[in-house]
Amino acid sequence: MTVDAITTADVLDVATRPVRTVRRRRPRTWRLAWALMLPSLLCLAAFTYLPVLRVAIDALHMTPHGAGGITRFVGLENFARVLADPAFRQAALNNLVYAVGTVVPSVVLALAFALAVRRSTRFNAVVRTVLFFPSLVPLVAAASLFFFIFLPGLGLLDHYLAKLGMRGPNWIGDSDVALWSIVGLTVWKNAGYYMLFYIAGLQNVPRDHIEAATVDGANALQRLWYVILPALRPTTAFVVTIALIQMLTSVDHVVVLTKGGPSNATNLLLFYIFQEAHENFDAGKAAAATVISVAVLLVVSLGSLRTMEGGARREA
Amino acid sequence: MRLERHVGPALVAAAVAATAFVWATPFLWTLVASFRPESFGSAGMASLVPDFTPTLANFKLALESGDFGLYYVNTAIVVVGILAVQLVTISLAGYAFARLQFPGRDVLFYVFLLQLMLVPPVLIVPNLRTTVDLGLYDTLAGVMAPYFASAFGTFLMRQTFRGIPRDFEEAAAIDGAPWWAIVWHVLLPMARPGLIAFAIVSVTAHWNEFLWPLMVINDPTQHTLTIGLATFTKGAEGAKEWGVLAAGTLLVMAPLAVAFVAFQRRFVESFVFSGIKG
Repeated sequence: MTVDAITTADVLDVATRPVRTVRRRRPRTWRLAWALMLPSLLCLAAFTYLPVLRVAIDALHMTPHGAGGITRFVGLENFARVLADPAFRQAALNNLVYAVGTVVPSVVLALAFALAVRRSTRFNAVVRTVLFFPSLVPLVAAASLFFFIFLPGLGLLDHYLAKLGMRGPNWIGDSDVALWSIVGLTVWKNAGYYMLFYIAGLQNVPRDHIEAATVDGANALQRLWYVILPALRPTTAFVVTIALIQMLTSVDHVVVLTKGGPSNATNLLLFYIFQEAHENFDAGKAAAATVISVAVLLVVSLGSLRTMEGGARREA
Repeated sequence: MRLERHVGPALVAAAVAATAFVWATPFLWTLVASFRPESFGSAGMASLVPDFTPTLANFKLALESGDFGLYYVNTAIVVVGILAVQLVTISLAGYAFARLQFPGRDVLFYVFLLQLMLVPPVLIVPNLRTTVDLGLYDTLAGVMAPYFASAFGTFLMRQTFRGIPRDFEEAAAIDGAPWWAIVWHVLLPMARPGLIAFAIVSVTAHWNEFLWPLMVINDPTQHTLTIGLATFTKGAEGAKEWGVLAAGTLLVMAPLAVAFVAFQRRFVESFVFSGIKG
């Protein structure tokens, strides 16, 4: 953050009252700035920073559920219990499969969509709207719709598969298929959102680079691979980061559609945390799993911190 | 040669149209099914072809079996409450970042930045305890509280304020206006595009939110639309009332969908501008 020395107060003092001086001006700006920050800081402290601290402390303690339970320090026992829990391991593995299985096709589709509808024609405007629309809908509502789509026999998917003479599996009832059905729902919901960033990114790809490549005899695929994709690298980094964060922070569809089942096939980290806290009332395990989740989230975000900071600084 | 040049784009256009159709089918089905008579039976429920006389019976049933009127009010309270507080906190903090020079500014920048990653959903467990401690459990205020500060909004306002030439403020300052008058009468009116972008993203995010309200709210009279819909889905599922389920889902999606169709360009720009929801 470079110096931007001339504040309003400076201008005021210098322009109209040059005699009242440096000594009193600084502290006032200082105090005003912190006063303006205070409401935000209080809330950040209460709901972002203290919770991280609190959950880290909770993870080291055990409180029996119910009235009169005495909290005692148990060291890493909660972590040991969580790591030994087959449901947690399954949830962690599922989350990895879910993240890779969702992010890769979503990002590829988003890029393909963006390339297909980048030019502003009336047809493209309609297509963009249709593709983007699912991301505006609550995940819960999408899950409700997909409940019917996935319904065995009667549902939209099976109804039309039957017309083609095919039979689908039990989309959310079969433990080999259920996670992929959740992946499908999520790709449908998110691809159009990521597309917006690629459309914006494509507008910044230098036109003369593409033309130069064309003159040099590069075909469409070569232009995409050697010119467009490298130019889109910041967009891709950004999209992948927000996509990964979403993979760890939204499980509404799991809550509505499968409750993590059948036999934990669709359990994800945040759903596991939710279950331990809200249904099993095991505060220690919930806290330990949260700590692990936050750690993963921070690791994922470190890359993005660099990207976004770069952006913010360029802006400054 | 000539033919090739036309076939390629035509194929692409056909593929794009087909994809768009597939993408739209869940919504097409919702529309068709919600207006389809119950007597139609379950067998053809999945059909996308509206071969019947439309009826509002499903909506009537949905409104009767779910307390949607109440859910709308609760969701509206949450969304408006969060936005109102956020507009104050982000304007103040954004102004300080954009225009004031003070020690600790760089550190604070990172303090805010980290919130972009530590999004509230991962912190539901400790935040629930905080909410209980503050006496906000089972209240709509408890649903709103974690979102009162927004790092994203603060950065957005910082950027927006920085984009405004200082001449305007200087003129007002020479006339003797205090800082708050400058913010209120000069900066905020000029920052309207940024404020609108933030409002759209914030309202959408919190209208759609589910897991946190589900944890905080127990009392059925405090349920928001998403919680209501989840409960309602279970009921409709049990009774195999697919038309009613479609109608209920449509009721939840409708307000944002209408707003989106009306202000499409604004929505899209806001989302691109924002990148991160919340």
